[in-house]
Amino acid sequence: MQDVREALMQGRNSAGGTVRRPLSPHLQVYRPQITSTLSILHRITGVALSAGAILLSLWLAAAATSSGAFSVAQAVVGSVLGMIVLFGFTLALFYHFCNGIRHLLWDAGFGFELPSVHRSGTAVMLAAAGLTVLVWLIGLVVL
Amino acid sequence: MKIMRSALGRARGMGAAKAGVHHWWVQRLTALALLPLALYAVLSVLLLKGATQAEMLRYMAEPWNGVLFLALVIALFYHLQLGLQVVIEDYIRSEGKRLTVMLAMRATAGFFGLLAVISVLKLSF
Repeated sequence: MQDVREALMQGRNSAGGTVRRPLSPHLQVYRPQITSTLSILHRITGVALSAGAILLSLWLAAAATSSGAFSVAQAVVGSVLGMIVLFGFTLALFYHFCNGIRHLLWDAGFGFELPSVHRSGTAVMLAAAGLTVLVWLIGLVVL
Repeated sequence: MKIMRSALGRARGMGAAKAGVHHWWVQRLTALALLPLALYAVLSVLLLKGATQAEMLRYMAEPWNGVLFLALVIALFYHLQLGLQVVIEDYIRSEGKRLTVMLAMRATAGFFGLLAVISVLKLSF
């Protein structure tokens, strides 16, 4: 008995004898696929964006507090570290945005066949990357 | 009429609370609302790049911006609280710990949501 889970898997059958219950495999047994990877990414970006929402409210609170507080907030946002974090949030936002549309379309009953699930997954990744680059080009070059 | 559920099944808890559909539905509604509002938020942050507080005040004093920011913040915090609830329910097994983390998450989301609402209102008026 090398695994602690083995000990928990001892059961009794209806005749009263001991049986070894089957173990479900750990998550890493499964090969990552575009379906499962994009699914967990939706959750991870959602949690990350919740932290981003707190930063958004702090940014608004700084603006509502004083001009000094807001200039500090703007300096933090405009710093190298601030821009890297903001870039990450932009990518997370556009990923969650595009994959959210994919989810809403599934909820409406569209795109359930495996080939279209794979195609929409690829489209979501490309769109998220494209929108992020577009917004940052506008932000850094145009404005 | 014959009752199909076992006596134990009826005695334990109240069965389904019929709240699952509501959670699912409002998550989709807030998601739908956030599609245009998220794009508006990105646009606003771009427009307010390097802005001073005076420029921020002028921006939020526009009724459209005040309303859209309020709608954004309310939908955003409602939506994220629903999502984090499911994450907590999925990964925290122990009931006491789950309840503690859930209440802490709700309190945090509520606090920062209200902070954002008050800030937008103060900037708008």
